[in-house]
Amino acid sequence: MQNKEPGMTLIVKTITRLTVGLILLYGIYIVLHGHLTPGGGFAGGVIIALSFVHLMLAFGKEFALKRLSQAAIAISESLGAIMFLAIALLGLVVGGYFFFNFLSKGRPFELFSAGIIPWCNIAISLKVGAGLFAIFTALILFSEARQER
Amino acid sequence: MELQVLLLFMIFAAVVAVEIEDLLSSVIAVGAVGLGLSLAFLILKAPDLAITQLVVEILCLIILIRATIKKDLVLVKDGRWLFNTVSTLVFICFFLVLAYFALKELPHFGQPIMRVAKEYIAYGLQETGATNIVTSVILNFRAYDTLGEVTVLFTAVIGVLAVMRKIGRINAK
Repeated sequence: MQNKEPGMTLIVKTITRLTVGLILLYGIYIVLHGHLTPGGGFAGGVIIALSFVHLMLAFGKEFALKRLSQAAIAISESLGAIMFLAIALLGLVVGGYFFFNFLSKGRPFELFSAGIIPWCNIAISLKVGAGLFAIFTALILFSEARQER
Repeated sequence: MELQVLLLFMIFAAVVAVEIEDLLSSVIAVGAVGLGLSLAFLILKAPDLAITQLVVEILCLIILIRATIKKDLVLVKDGRWLFNTVSTLVFICFFLVLAYFALKELPHFGQPIMRVAKEYIAYGLQETGATNIVTSVILNFRAYDTLGEVTVLFTAVIGVLAVMRKIGRINAK
């Protein structure tokens, strides 16, 4: 019954339904706590991308691309880069030099502390996650196009 | 003063590299730009960057020469082997002596000069408010590095998509 659908077997799909949300959540946790614990935008972005790679491996590429279309990937990739640059330029405008930490530092060990650093982490994670997933998608489409030839 | 002369030389070499017809001369002009940059790092008191720049520049020069003009590379095989061997040995000794004086200035193994790092460790939390010191260095003290990394990644993604999607689109028709 399940054989007609793309992707792997029913067991893998069931397990994936349980785990993919947790992986995505863990990636977001790593990004948001980048200034408190080890991790940060690069590592968290890769984990977020891996959750979508997981979806794509288990359910096939149409299912994953329905959740996160290629246009959305391109937009979030560019948005991350522009957001990172905008934070740096805002520092130039507000504080007088590039990458000035213009937001309030807050108290240490709190989630909303360290000024611009969490925002930079979010921007980098958007960029890295979308970029890696875009490369993965391009490679998959490329190999499929090659097999059809 | 030396820095301005060096910058003028580098600009001149870059213009030569773009304008000249011969590929080998162009590659050598690019190498001259890199060596000028290495000397500029040395003048600006950054010896570690100068060494890195020199090594990378030589590697890039070799790769560029092998990649661009592997066909018409002139190799002298016969005759003058004594002159060639002696001159090679002389140049190796010359560079070894220079490397001895250059490497003597580096800190000894296991005794790093922690002047900059000490500042980061002492004032990291106070200046940035981040308790993860690596993040405070990456995204606050050395954010330029991160900006460069992000730019490199962005360029790499665009390059992969440009190369891969062309084939996908032709097949989709």
